[in-house]
Amino acid sequence: MTEEARPTRVETVTAAPETRSWVKSERQIRREAELRRRTRRSVSVATASTLLVAVTVVVAVTASPGWPRVRETFFSPTAFTEALPDVLRGFLLNIKIFLVAEVFILVLGLIVALVRGLRSPVFFPLRALAVLYTDIFRGIPTILLVYLVGFGIPALQLQGAPADPVTLGVIALVLSYGAYVAEVFRSGIDSIHPSQRAAARSLALSHGQTMRYVVLPQAVRRVVPPLLNDFVSLQKDSALVAMLGPLEALRQAQIHAASTFNYTPYLAAALLFIALTVPMARLTDHLAARTARRHLGGGGRA
Amino acid sequence: MSLLKIDGVWKHYRGQSVLRGIDLEVAPHEVVCLIGASGSGKSTLLRCVNLLEAVDDGTIHLDGAEITDPGVDPDEVRKRIGTVFQAYNLFPHMTVLDNITLAPRKVHRTPRAEAEKRAGELLARFGLADRAGEYPDRLSGGQQQRVAVIRAIATRPRLLLLDEVTSALDPTLVTEVLGVIRELKATGMTMILATHEMEFARDIADTVCFLDGGVLLERGSPEQIFTAPEHPRTREFLSRILGRL
Repeated sequence: MTEEARPTRVETVTAAPETRSWVKSERQIRREAELRRRTRRSVSVATASTLLVAVTVVVAVTASPGWPRVRETFFSPTAFTEALPDVLRGFLLNIKIFLVAEVFILVLGLIVALVRGLRSPVFFPLRALAVLYTDIFRGIPTILLVYLVGFGIPALQLQGAPADPVTLGVIALVLSYGAYVAEVFRSGIDSIHPSQRAAARSLALSHGQTMRYVVLPQAVRRVVPPLLNDFVSLQKDSALVAMLGPLEALRQAQIHAASTFNYTPYLAAALLFIALTVPMARLTDHLAARTARRHLGGGGRA
Repeated sequence: MSLLKIDGVWKHYRGQSVLRGIDLEVAPHEVVCLIGASGSGKSTLLRCVNLLEAVDDGTIHLDGAEITDPGVDPDEVRKRIGTVFQAYNLFPHMTVLDNITLAPRKVHRTPRAEAEKRAGELLARFGLADRAGEYPDRLSGGQQQRVAVIRAIATRPRLLLLDEVTSALDPTLVTEVLGVIRELKATGMTMILATHEMEFARDIADTVCFLDGGVLLERGSPEQIFTAPEHPRTREFLSRILGRL
């Protein structure tokens, strides 16, 4: 690192490379043609095998002895068009339920994750409570929780306790998913390298400031894909609120199915859920792929 | 009076003693270089000074007040000490400007305009004026480390700790970071550097300390340490690292 060594080094670095223009070689042209040929071949193989599988499945199902009966009870166009408006109206309630629940879930999950990260002995009871909460509510099946909250809280006959089934259903979903989301946030916080904390603390930022300005902004960015995954799951589980009676999509489908002895309304409800979760799933994949690209050292903002 | 006074500091990790009774005094405007093999305790000593590690025995005084007392608020101490790390440790989600102004604004309550003005001046002084709006990963290692130095001195600390700040750098980028440190010495900044750059230590240090196995074996002027080391371990270390003597 002596000063005398510098000029020579600078010279080698700045010496302009000889300028050349690129003419594609024969060899490269042949190579690209071969690659194109291979791509065409794999596309046709994929198309053929997909068609084969699809045809086999369709033939096997429609040739089965029970098919005419199944077609009548699950794929009836009249039952579908009759039920769809009610099921769709019910589905709007599902959307409302999971949107409201998601907001509370994110808040609860973040608070629980932050409480678990507190180190001071003063917060021991809070920390223990947070651990207990995640342990218990991750262990209880969501449908059981819906029953317990939905019928348990009103049975207490407490003054001011919610009695509306939709509110109770949202509470049950928030309690259940809050525990999962808390763990997602915690894993995100733990994934931030200790050197980031050391840098923040050495600048005299307090524990709270370090979390708020340095750790959390990075952690949240990392956990967006898993959070969206849980959100997709929540959209489906909003149907569990049907157990408490409100007229959401599944309940509407049940009513129609019960009055006509035809199950097509369930199919209508299923299609509505798919129409919403598939785009979310694709968005999750996209974001996860983007995060992975960045972690592999690509450019852009980390 | 000395700015920093380290008395009989011990530090243990998992039953091993990393620091064994270190004594060191640093006068205002003095530049102290810590040299020694990896694992000799240089980094640990720096981490004890800014309280990222708690000492297991002994005391450290900053400006005459003990900072190793359990009642001392570490944040109050760290406000007066700047630290630069080997791996830069810039905040990747913030621009260069936000990296530099975070502590002045949030810890020292400097108004944003004033903090950004000072950051702009420092960036200009160290040849990074056009980089204020960039994110750290768009910068070369040398540029990132220069930003890390600016971040550490933006709050006008009494003491700057530099922990092997050129070890992660490409050799062609080392000189630009060393240039910044040289300039800081010219402004009278008190510094403690842990370093493997012997030429640089010789050039910039007022005092060179040789650590070996957690013991401060020898200290003296660069002239004395590099040309006439007294301790055989110092001689051995220098001959290994410099290939001469």
